[in-house]
Amino acid sequence: MTSNSKPQRIKRVLPSTLTAYHDFVQEVLGGLESLGWSKEVLFGVHMALEESISNAVRHGNKHDPSKSVHVECELSDKRFYARISDEGAGYDPSVVPDCCNAENLEVPGGRGLALIKAYMTNVEHCENGKCVVLEKLLD
Amino acid sequence: MNRIEVSESAQVKVIRFKDQKIIDPETIQELGEELFSLVGEDDKPQKFVLNFSQVEFLSSAALGKLITFEKKAKRSGADLILTNIAPEIFQVFTITNLDKLFKIKDSEADALAVL
Repeated sequence: MTSNSKPQRIKRVLPSTLTAYHDFVQEVLGGLESLGWSKEVLFGVHMALEESISNAVRHGNKHDPSKSVHVECELSDKRFYARISDEGAGYDPSVVPDCCNAENLEVPGGRGLALIKAYMTNVEHCENGKCVVLEKLLD
Repeated sequence: MNRIEVSESAQVKVIRFKDQKIIDPETIQELGEELFSLVGEDDKPQKFVLNFSQVEFLSSAALGKLITFEKKAKRSGADLILTNIAPEIFQVFTITNLDKLFKIKDSEADALAVL
């Protein structure tokens, strides 16, 4: 596939559990692998998806079985895009403590966001924190 | 123990993870319980080596359990060293600055030499 090819789109509505999304994540990783993405870069995509979806289940939907996590992805040979949204009350990502500060090293939480930002090219929060958009661009 | 294997070497407890991926909440919960159960089970100050050679992926929730284990170990006066961390996993530690919290060595032998 060339960079001009139409991206592969995957859209899912996932239940609010911490085990239900693993097949979806593997489907995305398998799709990117077949497009030639390296194992090293796929590790970062795996991490970003894992942390984003688990945040949506834990902190967004608070494990409420009546709520869902909505995921849309676009996969191509040079770009990975994902939009993950929950049905929770939203939050302000800027108030999450910076886990990387020396005084916060033992504070629980915040590491997921730090990992997502480190592995993705662009990360945007939208809809009052109920949605996160991930983008990874290859050179 | 479902999630870890523990062996004793020169009065050091060497702990090896059984899972390649530490993601599932049940796995992480069990892992935490098994690690925590080791702290304080000896009369003298304990020495732990946590060998990551099996681990290919772990989530921030798993990191949270490791941080709690480190706190419990430190509070009990134990020494803890992490070893055999694959480059991708080591990067997770550096991104989150946990390489500053944990003592990390390349191999079990390196850890045993300083414990």
